[in-house]
Amino acid sequence: MYHINMTPVSSVHHDVSEARLEDLHQSASVLCVSLVSGVIKMALRELSSLERFLGLKKPNKYSTQGGKKVPVLQNNNGPSLIGLVTIASHLVREAKRPELLGDSAERRAVVQQWLEHRVTRLDNCSKEEVKVILKDLNQYLEDKVYLAGNVFTLADILMYYGIHHIVVELAVQEKERYLNITRWFDHIQHYPGIRHHLPPVVVLRNRVYPSGHY
Amino acid sequence: MKLYIADGNPHCIKVLAALELAGVKCDTEVVSHEEKVVPHFTHPVLPVLLLPDGQHLFSPNSICQYLFDISGQNATDATNQWLEWEATNLQPAVLQSLHMVALQGKHVEAAAVMKEPLNWLELSLSKKNTPFLTAEAVSVADIVLWAALYPLLSDSGFDAGELRFVRGWFERVGGLEACQTSVRRVLQGKGVEALKTFLQKLPATQTQRRDSPTNANEAEDGEHVMTVEEIEEAAQVWSEGLKASPAVSERKHPVLPQEGKRNVLLTSALPYVNNVPHLGNIIGCVLSADVFARYGRLRGWNLLYICGTDEYGTATENKAREEGLTPQEICDKYHAVHADIYQWFQIDFDFFGRTTTERQTEIAQDIFWRLHERGFLLEDTVEQLRCESCQRFLADRFVEGECPHCRYPEARGDQCDKCGRLINAVELRNPQCKVCKETPVIRSSKHLFLNLPKVINTPVFYVWFDAPIGYLSITANYTDQWEKWWKNPQQVELYNFMAKDNVPFHSVVFPCSLLGAQDNYTLVNHLIATEYLNYEDTKFSKSRGVGVFGDMAKDTGIPSDVWRFYLLYLRPEGQDSAFSWSDMALKNNSELLNNLGNFINRAGMFVSKFFDGRVPEMLLNEEDKRLIAQVRWELKQYIQLLDKVRIRDALKCILNISRHGNQYIQVNEPWKKIKGGDGDRRRAGTVTGVSVNVACLLSVVLEPYMPSVSHTIRQQLQAPPTCVSTMLQNTGTFICTLPAGHCIGTVSPLFQKLENEQIEALRKRFGGQQTPSSSSAAVETKPSSGAAQDADPERAKQLTALVAEQGNKVRVLKAQKAEKSVVDKEVETLLDLKKQLSLAEGKNPAAQKGKKK
Repeated sequence: MYHINMTPVSSVHHDVSEARLEDLHQSASVLCVSLVSGVIKMALRELSSLERFLGLKKPNKYSTQGGKKVPVLQNNNGPSLIGLVTIASHLVREAKRPELLGDSAERRAVVQQWLEHRVTRLDNCSKEEVKVILKDLNQYLEDKVYLAGNVFTLADILMYYGIHHIVVELAVQEKERYLNITRWFDHIQHYPGIRHHLPPVVVLRNRVYPSGHY
Repeated sequence: MKLYIADGNPHCIKVLAALELAGVKCDTEVVSHEEKVVPHFTHPVLPVLLLPDGQHLFSPNSICQYLFDISGQNATDATNQWLEWEATNLQPAVLQSLHMVALQGKHVEAAAVMKEPLNWLELSLSKKNTPFLTAEAVSVADIVLWAALYPLLSDSGFDAGELRFVRGWFERVGGLEACQTSVRRVLQGKGVEALKTFLQKLPATQTQRRDSPTNANEAEDGEHVMTVEEIEEAAQVWSEGLKASPAVSERKHPVLPQEGKRNVLLTSALPYVNNVPHLGNIIGCVLSADVFARYGRLRGWNLLYICGTDEYGTATENKAREEGLTPQEICDKYHAVHADIYQWFQIDFDFFGRTTTERQTEIAQDIFWRLHERGFLLEDTVEQLRCESCQRFLADRFVEGECPHCRYPEARGDQCDKCGRLINAVELRNPQCKVCKETPVIRSSKHLFLNLPKVINTPVFYVWFDAPIGYLSITANYTDQWEKWWKNPQQVELYNFMAKDNVPFHSVVFPCSLLGAQDNYTLVNHLIATEYLNYEDTKFSKSRGVGVFGDMAKDTGIPSDVWRFYLLYLRPEGQDSAFSWSDMALKNNSELLNNLGNFINRAGMFVSKFFDGRVPEMLLNEEDKRLIAQVRWELKQYIQLLDKVRIRDALKCILNISRHGNQYIQVNEPWKKIKGGDGDRRRAGTVTGVSVNVACLLSVVLEPYMPSVSHTIRQQLQAPPTCVSTMLQNTGTFICTLPAGHCIGTVSPLFQKLENEQIEALRKRFGGQQTPSSSSAAVETKPSSGAAQDADPERAKQLTALVAEQGNKVRVLKAQKAEKSVVDKEVETLLDLKKQLSLAEGKNPAAQKGKKK
C-alpha cells in the first residue's frame, strides 16, 4: 500500500529529514547528529525501531512537517499520514499485530490515551512538568506490569522511547524514588527487539538509598 | 461505567456529545473542578470515564474514541490522525486563545493564535468532497474537533476570518441534536463566560504555546525570571563593594577540629597500589573530592582531606607476580606513581599516605579485638575455590569467570565489573585460575565473618575489613591527634568519596565494623559515589589495562586544568559517561576558549586598551543591574549545588555566568561606543567595568575546578585576595571587587585551541582506536610515540595468547627457582614474542621500550 515516493511532502523541511529508514538502520551506529537535527531524527528513529520490532520488511518513506517536526509517512495511493501516534498505529496494523493496540475496546482506549499522553504531555515538557509527570506515572504503575495492565502494547513502546531521555538523566536516588517507573522501564528496554536506537540505561538491582528517606 | 464531568469544562462538550451520539448508557456525575477522580494524578483531571474493569480514562479524546468503538465504529488511520492533531496542535492553541478571550479580553491576539490551525483545517476540508472530515457520515473526529472549536467559533467577539469550508462543516456537525444538548449542558447558555473558572485554574503551561521556539528554549535552559526587587537588591549589594574583611587564614598543619567551626573530614576511596590510576579512578574519587575540598576551604570550613594508597590485598600480590618484584617493591613503586599523578592533577590533599604502616596494624587489630571481645565475629566454614595445580585457595581476585547474574565473561571472584553485583566466587560459571588458567575445584575452608544481626553475612571480611581502616591509620600518620577527627562524631562531618562499586563496603561493612567496636567512632554522614567513566566506546579497566592512564595525561601537552575541566564536565553523576577525545576538543574549544576564555579576556583587554588598565567609572542602568542579578542568581545556584556536591551541575553555572557576560558585551558593543560622544564613552566604561568584575567573580568560582587558571585570572586582574572568601560566604554575594580606578595587570589569553590533527594524533598515540568489539581483548594500551605501522589484529590476538602462555612459563620457572640459563632463555623468547605483538598492533616497540624507566 505504501511505496517509495521521491516527492517530499513539505518542500520547506525536507532538507534534514529526507531519509529512508533503511538508511538509518544501516548508519545507526555511525550517525553523529547535531543537536538541531537530533530531535527530528529521533521521531524517525523511533519509527525505524518500531518497524524492525514489527518485522516490516518493506522500507517506508518518511519526512517531517512544520516547526515541531512532526513525522509524515508518505504514500503513493492517497494522502500521507501525519503524526507519530497515527503512523505507529498504522504500522502495527500493517504488521497484523492488532493486539498491540489492545484486544478489547477498553484496552484499546487505555492504549490510545497513553499514546496521546506521550505526544501531548511527555514531548516538549518543561523541567517542572517532568517531576509531576514522573510522580503520576510512578503512582500509576504501582500495581501494573505494563501501561495497559498485564499485556505489552504499543503504549509501552512509545512511552519508553519518549521517556528515555528523561530516565537517562535521573540520578540513582531519583531512579529509586520512581521505583515503579524504573522497574517498568528496565523491563521494556530488555523486551526483545525494542531498544534498538537507544543506549541502555543502567538500573541498580540492589537499593542504595534507604526506603522512606524522602 | 460512570462518567465524571464538571460544569464549564470545555473538554466535557465532546465527551457528552459522543456519549449521546453513540447511544451508550452510562451514569453521569457532576463534580467540582477540584475533585480528584483519578487516584494516580497529582492534579485533578476531568472529564473521566470509569471503565467497567475499574480503569480510568482521563483523556477526553480517548473517552470519545472508546464510546464510538463500543457502538461499532472503529478507529481508522484518518480518525486517528485528526485526533492526534487535535490533541497536539489544536487543543494548545484553543486553550491559549480561550484564556485570552475570556480572561484578558484580547480578541485580536486570540484570533492570531488560532490562525494557523484554522487555516490547516480549512485547507484539508477544501480538498475533501465529503460533508464530514473523514467520510459521508459523522465520525469521532468531527465530534472532537467541533467540540474543541465550539466555544471560540460560537463567540460573537471572536473573528475567525473568512473560512468557508470550516464554517459549513462546523454548522453541519453543530446541527446534530447530540451536539446541541451537550453544549447546553456544559456552557448553560453563557458562552465563553461559563469557562472562566476552569480557565483560571488551568496551569500556565497549558495556556502558553509550546511550539514557539523562544518559549521552548527558555524552558530548556531553565532561565530564571527575576523580579524588580530582586534586581534592585542585587545591584545594591554589588555596589557596596568589598568591605574590610578578615584575610583568609593560612592552612596550618596539622588541621584539627575546632569548636564553633564546621569541621569536615573528607576521604576519597584509597586507590589500589597495584596499578596506575586511569581517568575513571581520578574523576571517581580524588578529583571529585579535591573540588569539594577546595570549595569547602574557600567557604571557610575547617576541612581535612585524606587519601592514600591501599597496599594490602591479593591484587598487590598478583601484580608483584606479574612484574617479577616483591610486594613491597611494587607498593613503593606504585605509591610514588600515584603521588606523582595526583600532584600533576593538582589534587590538594592534606595528607597522602599509605596503608602499609604500623599504625594500620595497630588500629586494625584494635578494632578486630574489640569486635571479637563483643562477640561480633563468627567463624564459619565456607566453600572456596582451590586451584589444584597452584596448590592454593584462590582469593577472589585470583579467579575469573562468567557472572552468574549478567553473564559477563570476565567477572572477578568478588564482584562483576559489568553489573556491579557482589559475587561469591563459587557462583562463577566456568571459573579459571588467573595464574595458570586451570579450572579450580570447590573446597571448604574456615573464615571469619562479621556478624551483622539480621542483615547479611559478608564473606569479604578479609579484604574489606582492613581497607577502609586505612583512612584512620593514614590520618594517624598525619597527626598523633587523629582521634580528634575519627572519634568525634559530635563535631565532625564525614564525607566519603568513591565510585559506585565501593558503596556496599562504605555503607555497610565499614560503618558496622566501627559501630561494633563501640569506641565512639565518627561515622559517614555523606557518601558521595559516582557511576563509571568509560573510555571512548569501551570500558576502562585496570585489571585488563584498557584506557588512558593518569601518567599519560601529562604527556599530551594539554594542561592539567583542561583535563580537570573536561573530567568534571562529564563527571558520571547519575549515569555512566564516556571520555572521548573529540568531545574533549569540542568542549575545550567551545566552552573554555569561545565562552569562558573569550569573555574574561575581552573584559580585561577593554580595560587595558580603552582605559589604560584602570577600571572605569560605572553608572548602572537597568540592563547592567539585570546582568548583575542574573550573575548573582547563578552564583547562588552554584553554591546550593556544590553544598550538595553536585559538582558537574555547578560547573554549568560557571559557564552560564560567562555566557551571560558574553551576551552583555555583544549587545552593548563597548568597542564601538568608546569611539562615540561623552555619553557613549561613559556607557562603554560602565559595560567594561561591570564585565571585568564578572570576570573576577569567575576566577573565584573556578578555583575548585581549575586552580591554575583561577590563579592566573586573579593575577592578571590584580584582584584583592579577600575577594575569594567574601563572595563565597553564606548563600553567595556578587560584589564589585574591582572598583573604579583599580589597576589591572597584563592580560593574556587563558586557553589554547585544540586542533583536530592534534586530537587525532593523541587518539592514535594513546590507543583509543580500539573498536568496541575488541574491548574484551586483553590489550595493554601503552603509549607509542612512533609512527603507526600496519596493524594485524588477527596476528595480534594469536600473539597475545602466546605472550600470556610464555609469561606463565617464565613465572613458573622462576617460582621453582630454575637455573638462570634456563630462565634467561625463556625470557628471551618472551621478549621476542612481545616485540612481535607490538608490531602486529601497529606500535613501535623501540619507542615503547624507551618509555620504561
